[in-house]
This record gives sequence, C-alpha cells and structure tokens, in this order.
Amino acid sequence: MTNLLEVADVSKLYPVGGGPGPIARFKRRFSGGPEKLPKVHAVDDVSFVIEKGETVGLVGESGCGKSTLVRALTRLIDVSDGSIKLDARELSLKPSRVFARDRDRARIQMVFQDAGDSVNPRFTAFDAIADPLRRLRKLRGNALTWQVETVARQCGLPLQLLSRFPHQLSGGQRARVGIARAIAVGPDLLVLDEPTAALDVSVQVVILQLLQRLKTEIGMSYLFVSHDLSVVRLLCDRVLVMYLGKIVESGPAKEVFENPLHPYTQALVAAVPRLHEDGIERLRLDGEPRSPIDPDPNVCRFYGRCPRGTDSCQTTMPMLRHFGPHQVACHFAEEFLPKPKTTT
Amino acid sequence: MTATPALDVEGLSVEFRTRSGIVRALDNVSFAVDKGETIALVGESGSGKSVTAYAVMGILDPAGKVTAGRAMLGGLDLLSAKPSQLADVRGREIAMIFQNPRTALNPIRTVGRQIADVLIRHGNVPRRDAPAQAVEMLRAVGITDPARRANVYPFEMSGGMCQRVMIAIALAAKPLLLIADEPTTGLDVTTQAVIMDLVNDLAKEMGMATIFITHDLALAGQRSSRIVVMHAGHVVENAPTKELFEHPRHPYTAELIAATPDAAASLDELASIPGSLPDLRRTDLPPCRYSERCPRKVESCARPLPHAGADTAHIVACWNPLS
Repeated sequence: MTNLLEVADVSKLYPVGGGPGPIARFKRRFSGGPEKLPKVHAVDDVSFVIEKGETVGLVGESGCGKSTLVRALTRLIDVSDGSIKLDARELSLKPSRVFARDRDRARIQMVFQDAGDSVNPRFTAFDAIADPLRRLRKLRGNALTWQVETVARQCGLPLQLLSRFPHQLSGGQRARVGIARAIAVGPDLLVLDEPTAALDVSVQVVILQLLQRLKTEIGMSYLFVSHDLSVVRLLCDRVLVMYLGKIVESGPAKEVFENPLHPYTQALVAAVPRLHEDGIERLRLDGEPRSPIDPDPNVCRFYGRCPRGTDSCQTTMPMLRHFGPHQVACHFAEEFLPKPKTTT
Repeated sequence: MTATPALDVEGLSVEFRTRSGIVRALDNVSFAVDKGETIALVGESGSGKSVTAYAVMGILDPAGKVTAGRAMLGGLDLLSAKPSQLADVRGREIAMIFQNPRTALNPIRTVGRQIADVLIRHGNVPRRDAPAQAVEMLRAVGITDPARRANVYPFEMSGGMCQRVMIAIALAAKPLLLIADEPTTGLDVTTQAVIMDLVNDLAKEMGMATIFITHDLALAGQRSSRIVVMHAGHVVENAPTKELFEHPRHPYTAELIAATPDAAASLDELASIPGSLPDLRRTDLPPCRYSERCPRKVESCARPLPHAGADTAHIVACWNPLS
C-alpha cells in the first residue's frame, strides 16, 4: 500500500505567560524578564503515516495533544517544526491562512466533535453542506444543488431536512450534516474528532456503520480521534496512543488492545468498563500527568504516574522501538511481549 | 432484602409545563434502593433519569411539577415535605454529585471553604474545626497535598480533581443516600475508573445507599448490583445486574445491550435501535411508550402496562417479554 499522509517529527509549542506579541516582548526585554517564554509542548516530535484506505485511531486522555495534532494535520494551525506530506507534497511550509485556498485543501477534511456547535447556527443544513462546495469546488446553481443532495442521500439525510437549521435537527441528524459537509468535496483523508461523543449508544451505532460504509464507497482514509476505546477497536485498523504530546505506542488495533506493551496503554485498556466483568484486579492510574511546560527531555513523560517506573526512566527518555508492526516507547516493553511459543 | 429500603420511590409522575404543551416526563416510576446497595438508573438522553433524581431531591425546575407518587426516605415523604424539612434532609441525609463539577462548584469560593460550609450546616461541626476537617475530607478523596489544595479555587483544578471535591462535599455529612448523576461524563476513562473506585469504596465504608445515573450500560454493570432501565419516562425493567445482562426480558433492554460497542466483535454485529423516543408532549401516548419502536409488539400492548408485584426481584413492564 502507498502512504497517503506522512507526518515526520511534528512539534507544536505554545509560549505561556506574558503574551507573544511584539509589545509584550518589548516589555519583557526592558523589565528584565526572561527573553524566552516557557513553552507548552502540546505535540512533541510526533511521526506516523496513514496509508491509502486505512483507518487509524488516535487515543489518549484530554490534554495529551490529540486535538492540537489533528489541527496541525488538517492545517488549521501551523506547526512549530516538522513536516506533513500528503502524497509526497509538503504541506507544512504554507501558513494555514494561505492553505485555506490551496488546491489540496479539499483533500483533507474534518468532522468535528459536536455538529450542533460546529455548524453555523444561521446556516440551514443545505448551506452548511454547500459552503465547502462553493468555496473549494466553485459550484453554483443546479450543479451545487445536485451535489448537495447526492451527498445528503449518501449520508442518509432525508432531503426535506436540508432546509432546516441545526437546532431543528436531532443529534444523529446533526452528526450526518457534519459528515456530509466534510465528504462533499471528496476528500482523501477524513479526520474525525470524536464524532459520536455526544450521541446515545443507539444513534452512535448507526453513525459508526454509516462511516464504515462511506469509507468503502468513497475510498477515503480515516484518522479517528476518540477516547472511547471500544469504538476504536471496532472501527480502526491501527491505533496511535498519545500521552503528553508524544506517541507512546502504535500498532494494529487488535494487537494493541489485546496485548498493550506500554504501561499507559495497559491502564487505559484496563479502565474501559466491560459488560461482562471478569472480576480481575485492574491496573489503576492515579495522580496527574506531568507538566507539559518545558518538560525535561531526558525524563519519560509517564514517569511519576507509571507503576513500572525506575531510576533509568528519570535519566533517559525511552524512544519508540519496533516489535514487528507494534511500536512502543518504554524501556521495559520486553517484559510484556507475548512469550515465544514453545513446543511441549 | 432488608425490611426498610433507604429510599422507596413509588408511582412518581412528573410533568413540565412548556410553551408547546405539557411534557409528561415521568410516568409511574417506582424503584427502591436498600441500605448499602448501589443501583444504576440507565437510559438514553431524555429518558428521565436526571428528572427522577431532581424530583427526589426537590430541586426540579420551577416549570416541573410532581403530579403523583411518594418517595419515602425513612419515615419522610420527600415529595410532600415542606421546603424547610427538605433543606435539612439535603446534604445531611441525601447528597448529590452533579454531572459537571466545574459548573456545580462555586467559582468564587475556595474548595476547602465549600466543604467547610457543608460540615458546619449539616455535619454538626463547630465553625472553628471545620477548615481542618475539610482538609481531612480532601485527603479522604485522594487529593495529594490537601492542606494547600483546600485554598485553591475550582478553576485551578483539573476536571478529575473538581469531581473529587464534589464527592468530598457530597460525603462531608455522611449521608444515607448518595445520588450520582453521570459523575464521570467528560472525564477520561482512566480518571473515570479512579473516581468510580473512590465512590464505591467510600459508599461501602459508610454503608451508604447509592443511586448511580448513567447512559453507559457497561459502566453501570461494573458498578452496581441492580439496574433500573428507563425509557421515555417509564421504568421498563428493574433487575439484578448479572441477570439483566444474561437474561434481559424487556425488548428495549435487549436492544440497548446489543447496541453497546463493547459486546460486539465487529461493527456489523452491533444492532441499532430503530426509531426514536416518542414526543412526550403528545396526548395520545400509548400505554407502553416503547410500543411504536418495538419489534415484539402484540395486541395487548394497547392495554395499561403490567406491573409485576414489588416482591419479585426482576420487574419488567412488558406484555410480551423475552423469556
């Protein structure tokens, strides 16, 4: 398979305190404050690829940098460092404002968390879906109407609902509008930021099945951001696990969830409530994550919260290491590797 | 079963007057929770889980009105009690943990002070000792460095920490009954597990009855001994957790279980529930509010719902239940 998206060493840092503008910088210089502001490492040196037609899940707790990473990939914000390539074309060099009118803008689209908040309340469903078509495909008149109706039908949105405003639609219908809007311009990569978080289970199922169907019909790749591991397990081929701005584990979804190698993933998997509880003592993660402000580059980000942590975790940052298709950034990953089969 | 349950709700009905008509939010809701027991109220949004809790606590929106029913806490009927009586009961005997700790906490008071307030008002703690005891409460809910944290404001804490403070406030006066309304929505799964452990442990320690409201069936199954399934303002099934999962009898419960992603091996296996909740403003609501979505509808569904006797452990409000 060929790579659709290649992300290499992407970082996004935000300065904190004082404000970034020239006046603030001027004031700092003459008040004897630090020249350089401390920085939040929201995304720190992240690399991965998405292949054509693949569904990749991105999981992690709130504040781990999932959304920042996703916004950087969709070129809504500029990265501090690193490269983002779509079909070998470098995207990260153009400022996000310029990219908004780029020819590749239509190829990466995004479905936001709650369509009730992310769709303009003054736009009808029709206008919401038509907006990207007008801007990026320059469609007008009948061609526009035809395209909007086609997409709406594809997403299972009854045509008579197209004249309604977001507040007149149910949660499931709004989710469909959000999806229709994103796929209207025929993207190659669809980034979904917790598309079902606000929905009830019964509706969630329908939306997930819709996404599954659309993927095979249109042949898109998905980056699926979620904190619901049981959904990621069902929908995704591969998962990336993020912790404090870094990818700590990645691999085929089934393998990562059945045999997590990183202690954080283990805690994450253990924390998912199951319908049929086995009563096994579960691993619990307590405490708060380390501060993301100028973190020590030599200390594992998970140190302090990690049940396995030792002194070496304080002196060397573990790198992502390969174990077949499985990658993990932990010094002790070998301990959790499945034992090689022995013939008895 | 013990002789007197901690809370016994019987025939609770609630209506809301709105501009577009009367919403029959709850109809004949009955359930009981024993001392030291944890039950879960489960259902989709709009099924009336939270309204049930608010009615019991006496904090319904002014547009809402209890039209029938009793909620016995010890010898006191909470639904007909005077506001002054209720004010004494709330906090001391029943406490509630709200969905969003950030909006439920007072933003302009330090968390230590908020806990101290409850201790002074409901816990018979002298004003002088309250701050020190508030710090102890923070320690009990697992907040590190409680003496310093007592002096911070809610916005300075993470969501998980705020929820711990909510729990500390709720448990400060050692209530008999705790109502937790989606206490972990919006928290990460890892934090959710820790917070739920904490609630379970403290409840066990204090012998407290807990009503746990959630839409997450898997979480309810993990944390409660009995599950009450609600749909459109009706209790459709009420059974011990294990039995409910193994032998759901109401068609809606069965569909809910089949729609939960955890159980399935693939997406195609997941079942969706056809239709949506009926409009509760309708005057021609059928006796069974699920009947219009139900695959097992029979003729007798047009008759008033059957209500199994209160002595059976597994109650199902259906004419044609799964066996």
